[in-house]
Amino acid sequence: MSAANGMAARLAAARADFPILRQEIRGKPLVYLDSAATTQKPRQVIEAITRYYELENANVHRGVHALSERATASYEGARAKVRRFLNAADDREIVFVRGTTEAINLVAQTFGRSRFQAGDSVVISAMEHHSNIVPWQMICGERGAQLKIAPIDERGDLKMDELEKLLTPEVKLVSVVHVSNALGTVNPIRKIVDLAHARGIPVLVDGAQAVSHLPVDVRELGCDFYAISAHKMFGPTGIGALYGRTELMESLPPYQGGGDMILSVTFEKTIYNRLPYRFEAGTPDIAGAVGFGAAVDYIESIGREAIAAHEHGLLEYATAALEAVPELKLIGKARERASVLSFVMRGGEIHPHDIGTVLDQEGIAIRTGHHCAQPLMQVYGVAATARASLALYNTRGDVDRLVAGLGKVLEVLG
Amino acid sequence: MSGDLRDLYQEVVLEHSRRPRNFRAMEDATASAQGFNPLCGDQITLYVKMKEGVVKEVSFVGQGCAISKASASLLTGAVKEKTAEEALQLFGKVHLLVTEGPSKVSPEEVGKLAVLSGVSEFPARVKCASLAWHTLKAALEGQSNVSTE
Repeated sequence: MSAANGMAARLAAARADFPILRQEIRGKPLVYLDSAATTQKPRQVIEAITRYYELENANVHRGVHALSERATASYEGARAKVRRFLNAADDREIVFVRGTTEAINLVAQTFGRSRFQAGDSVVISAMEHHSNIVPWQMICGERGAQLKIAPIDERGDLKMDELEKLLTPEVKLVSVVHVSNALGTVNPIRKIVDLAHARGIPVLVDGAQAVSHLPVDVRELGCDFYAISAHKMFGPTGIGALYGRTELMESLPPYQGGGDMILSVTFEKTIYNRLPYRFEAGTPDIAGAVGFGAAVDYIESIGREAIAAHEHGLLEYATAALEAVPELKLIGKARERASVLSFVMRGGEIHPHDIGTVLDQEGIAIRTGHHCAQPLMQVYGVAATARASLALYNTRGDVDRLVAGLGKVLEVLG
Repeated sequence: MSGDLRDLYQEVVLEHSRRPRNFRAMEDATASAQGFNPLCGDQITLYVKMKEGVVKEVSFVGQGCAISKASASLLTGAVKEKTAEEALQLFGKVHLLVTEGPSKVSPEEVGKLAVLSGVSEFPARVKCASLAWHTLKAALEGQSNVSTE
């Protein structure tokens, strides 16, 4: 068997790795099309967390006893896995956080608070998730800085020329999403980084939606910060990572104070720990990190190229299938898209929430609403969309069930 | 169609959602409030005209799903000529109806609103059915906005 065939076979078998997908919902086999909200977890991840609690649990970086050594080794081992996964240069560049939202807040509260002055600005795009809007609004409000929005076109592509025009000397940071959770648009990060770096502006990338679908190499992208959540890449909730270039991270003030982030404390003076611990105050989510590492292993056991190829084929199949559904309009048809199909029916007259309820009765899980991107919904003049999102465990059969379910929607609400 | 779905999307509900009654802004309202359902982005503005302690007219604008629109539309008719206190009592009954189902509330107590009883089989949709009512309560109590979260 060739390597490519081996990969394909491994991918076809992957669905069986996810125990939750075996169940019936309302008497019908579950079709899970809400992976952009959170992915399901393979047994390899679930077992890694169980194994950690059964055999290794102790606090990290503290005890001299055997369990603490094991726990520390597992925790730091997970950091090394995430570092390799993103192709960062050094483990110190990987800070464990609660998720993408906390990673962005960390940068806002350290980089933003220490660098933004009155009159400065931050550039984001019109397709950002609330988690890449609100932290900047908060810190800009505090520092007297301004938030500028790079517009998108009707297809859902960033208007690169407009973005470039916004990159004036007052801009202190560009913060953009890699893959849009609401449209599936894959942004040209390398180009954005080149434009920004040519003007000395650092770039943060919200990678939450990208990492389970595309190979991500932070050094190839050239970005300064990259934020991810484990739970959107088959890992547990409550943990994620911030990648930050060493030189930049070294220059930032601490974020939260507490244990683990210090070298020594007296009431007069505290000496802060080195990277990445300086940004990891308190006992971390050790089991979460172990699960995160197992998720990285899981993705790599299948291969990110293979996953991307599978999803690309499925996305094309689903796009054609949905376009054939009467009275359905896809929102977001960017040149390069990953895993997301956002749509409205009868020009939005059939509310996405009602679509979601009817599909749920058919055992089909989709997301309905504004996808934490209300400003983006305003760009398209809709309050909400229905969103089906794909992951490596989805099949054409899932898409066919969705299409049949949408027929039911028209029958009930038409 | 499953029975539950048929109960939720009764013909009257769909009809009200397609052609909501009193779906307009009110220039001479004596009170108004905005209601938000952050879960789905639904938002309504509800207007009330009170005269001598009695609700004379209610109207609304905004966007929402079939359930929230139908509930708001039905509300505008149901609270007319009621005192604020009576209107809020009716809210209590509607809330019981959409959470507990028809066994807890007799049809006479809620009149036409009985068509919302199917919501009780869909816990995720209770917020949709109650958004307009929370907004009415806010308006009657002089608050400018309210959220279902």
